Amino acid sequence: MSPDAPDPDALVRARGLSKRFGDFVAVAGVDFEVRRGEVFGFLGPNGAGKTSTMRMISCVSPPSGGELRVLGLDPIADGPRIRSRIGVVPQEDNLDTELSVWDNFIVYGRYFGLPRPLLRERAEELLEFARLTERRNDRVDPLSGGMKRRLTIARALINQPEMLLLDEPTTGLDPQARHLLWDRLYGLKRQGVTLILTTHYMDEAEQLCDRLVVMDEGRIVDEGSPRQLIERHVTAEVVELRFADPELQAKALPVATEVADRHEALADRLLLYTDDGDATRSALADRGVDALTELTRRASLEDVFLALTGRTLDE
Amino acid sequence: MSALVVRALEREMVVFARTWRGNAFSSFVQPLLFLGAMGIGLGGLVDDGAAPTGGLDYLAFVAPGLLAASALLTAGAEALWPVMGGVKWMGQYNSMVTTAMTPGDVYGGLVLAAAVRALVAATAFLAVAVLLGGATSLWTPLALVPTVALAAATSAVLAAYSVTCQTDTGFPIIIRLGVIPLFLFSGTFFPVEQLPDALEPLVWVSPLWHAVESARDLTTGSVGVATALHVVVLLVVVAAALPIGIRNFANRLTP
Repeated sequence: MSPDAPDPDALVRARGLSKRFGDFVAVAGVDFEVRRGEVFGFLGPNGAGKTSTMRMISCVSPPSGGELRVLGLDPIADGPRIRSRIGVVPQEDNLDTELSVWDNFIVYGRYFGLPRPLLRERAEELLEFARLTERRNDRVDPLSGGMKRRLTIARALINQPEMLLLDEPTTGLDPQARHLLWDRLYGLKRQGVTLILTTHYMDEAEQLCDRLVVMDEGRIVDEGSPRQLIERHVTAEVVELRFADPELQAKALPVATEVADRHEALADRLLLYTDDGDATRSALADRGVDALTELTRRASLEDVFLALTGRTLDE
Repeated sequence: MSALVVRALEREMVVFARTWRGNAFSSFVQPLLFLGAMGIGLGGLVDDGAAPTGGLDYLAFVAPGLLAASALLTAGAEALWPVMGGVKWMGQYNSMVTTAMTPGDVYGGLVLAAAVRALVAATAFLAVAVLLGGATSLWTPLALVPTVALAAATSAVLAAYSVTCQTDTGFPIIIRLGVIPLFLFSGTFFPVEQLPDALEPLVWVSPLWHAVESARDLTTGSVGVATALHVVVLLVVVAAALPIGIRNFANRLTP
């Protein structure tokens, strides 16, 4: 399909979409489409424009320029109608701390104009979904970070949204809480809910996303499935070398250019991109490169980002 | 603003149902203490002299004043710190606008909640004032109208401002230099005729003065056209503040 023909399955369609705050350009003209039923990701470092884009899709921030359609509607004219059909999980849990866990569901559901008996039914199910049935009458404050996150996500489902937007869903959670959350998100996907998420975690993007765009400085630098992006920009394997001191790393650089397709010299390590890690490592050994540690791993989206922008994600 | 504005009110009522005992002190018990101290204690001194209270005993004079003044104090405080809480500290307004609600609904709900809280507190206060003999007219229940209108006007104006603030550092100044002088000099405790002549016209801009005058007409039974006009002034204030508040809430919550 040509990029200009509207995709009938597109739940979100952006063309030249931009967002400015005064002189600051947060989003500098992006094009993308999100299709029904997929998990779509915005990957990029902090300040890349992911949250601003998400807020525009959520109809809580009017676009400064370009075109945006959400569920086929105009976010400015039809904000309440669109928001009635989507769920929003912001970066910071904005649960109502003056209400109990249970009332967070009911009161929030009332904001959609839904009747109480229906809300009570859904709240029971969502308590189960969030694994918070035992905490229903508790205040929100004493809940752990993972519990608050699950509650925020469950609350965003009270209107049975067709599309759920999650901004950095697992930031600040411990690994166990992250995996539990991923599990819940897989479940939603199986039910046919379209998920849009932002993340600066590579593993999260690779685990969850069917398709993603890589954002940097307000622009989209590439898009595709995690596998496509890896194949397009990096080799199958990466050999990571760490040296005892920077001089040794500098000395190893000329060798790196010989034995690998491409390399990246970071402050603390040298990355060699290759299709055969073992062959590269034996070539290094033959040339007498003396690294402190050596490891071969699969290429990841982190490498894609590095190849696209010349920077690591945490810079 | 849409019909969902009542959902924002519902939220306030859920919180109110849990916290009313604590709020009862500031919105109901405190004005009663004032009524006892001023109306009966101070009134005992005042009534012996030739007080210029238009032939009223002091309790009957000060009761409608305290009725309206406490609505001003409660609605004033509620439109400052809790708004900062909704925008920033707790952030519940930010989640409200991700639903079918608009920023205008959030703002409208807040003004509506201020009116309902004032109605509850003022009803309780009036009942006690009647029992103590501070309100004798059959018109007395209608004194709730200017009181509630004042609460709505106070809330609408102050929330339209407070939502634009980044911090709460200016709020105590608003209370000390804005709300408290109004509280003292709007004909609440003494007739405005006692003020220097040059200052007298200034009270016309005081929303509290309009509410006090109207409420006093009603609790004392000297009802006239002015009684209703004072309420109209308060409603005009609400009507003027609403579009500004809606715009400010939209700018803050959906930038």
